[in-house]
Amino acid sequence: MHIAVEEEKCVGAGQCVLAAMEIFDQRDEDGVVVLLDAEPPEEQHAAARDAAAVCPAAAIAVRE
Amino acid sequence: MSAPSRVVVVGASAAGLSVAETLRRRGFDGQVTLIGEEDHPPYDRPPLSKQILSGEWPEERVWLRDEATLAGLNLDLRLGVAALSVDPADRVVVLADGSRVTYDELVIATGVRARRLPGTDGLAGVHTLRTLSDARALRETLAAWPRLVVVGAGFLGTEAAAVARAMGAEVTLVSDLEAPLSDVLGAELGELLVRVHAEHGVKIISGVVVREVLASGGRAAGVRLADGRVVEADAVLVSIGSLPNVDWLAGSGIDTGDGVHCDEYCQAGPGVWAAGDVASWIHPAAGGRMRVEHRTNAGEQGMAVARNILSAGHPAPFAPVPYVWSDQYDRKIQIYGSPRGCDRFAVTDGSLAERRLVALYGRDDLVRATVGINMVRSVRAARALVATPTPWDSIEQGVTA
Repeated sequence: MHIAVEEEKCVGAGQCVLAAMEIFDQRDEDGVVVLLDAEPPEEQHAAARDAAAVCPAAAIAVRE
Repeated sequence: MSAPSRVVVVGASAAGLSVAETLRRRGFDGQVTLIGEEDHPPYDRPPLSKQILSGEWPEERVWLRDEATLAGLNLDLRLGVAALSVDPADRVVVLADGSRVTYDELVIATGVRARRLPGTDGLAGVHTLRTLSDARALRETLAAWPRLVVVGAGFLGTEAAAVARAMGAEVTLVSDLEAPLSDVLGAELGELLVRVHAEHGVKIISGVVVREVLASGGRAAGVRLADGRVVEADAVLVSIGSLPNVDWLAGSGIDTGDGVHCDEYCQAGPGVWAAGDVASWIHPAAGGRMRVEHRTNAGEQGMAVARNILSAGHPAPFAPVPYVWSDQYDRKIQIYGSPRGCDRFAVTDGSLAERRLVALYGRDDLVRATVGINMVRSVRAARALVATPTPWDSIEQGVTA
């Protein structure tokens, strides 16, 4: 699995962090997404897909 | 309970798309019909009062999915056609083009429409802000540096006021509340935001309702307030809330009122579900009916409904922590839970003076909501106090204001 984020699109809602804390974080000043792990281990794949699905800005792409 | 083979989703915005996408993601390979009244493919509404209104983003940034992704969902996509009625006995939806679509499971995701002021339909210079066309029209108006009156000072009205100021409009914000935004943010933070607007040159008139929109030569010329005052203007934005789109369900037997009345599973009857702004469901933790007009709820509720449809008779209650954000000037306001009706307030990080803070709201001795202003990670951490019942007394230590 490979994850890519588009900082430009991100609205800082933080839904991705709630879904997958090991993979995403946010910059404190504006909330823009920080990708911690672009190639997460298998046990986190479901969480990664959830994060992409709940992102209100569709700023997360998951390629499998 | 046998698996459904035809799901019909009425409403092709965030909630409807979320239902369709989650069905596919979870392996549903039956027919999914997605019906949208607007001509546009599913698009995102929060940017309409922000980056689309200001012109900061090109319009194509609002599409929720690109063409290829939508095509990959293999939907029976019907855009530009409204649903006129539903017959739950025969399980059929009738569309404005005369076609009839049968379903095993129906999801109502028709959202809300902007409330209008009486007597303003078709009057040039009077705007609402709900659709992409609305945002285009208001953006064109703002480009001419008008005097703008914003009627209603909720998040939509205040966001639009902030954008209009930045674009050079002369802005008057009229609120029926003595303390604008105090209903959704409490007195302290409501006051803070009103001050931010005033410092940016927005004129604020509070505690008075608008009696009528004045017209001259077929165009809006201002508003008259209940106390007789007149505010002259070139354009009027009416942002006084919204109405659930349930009229098309009249006579169907589906229970509606302020939205589609659902149980805690977001189900409104056999084979009928609702998601997004239009859904009024019983929140198990809040202990009562709730209808949430927030972008993230639309996505989450759509996912929940899709999961319940595929649950083979074992649905799960929908019990989210509601979340909403608002961008105003350089402030990002984030709310988890519902500060409405709370009687306890404490700043737990940052400060009112810095205008950068995390605040907690309490009612009945429990923490009910948290609001952050420009403290994204800290407020996200505080969300846990809302998600699990937390006694108010347990947070008093470390409170700074």
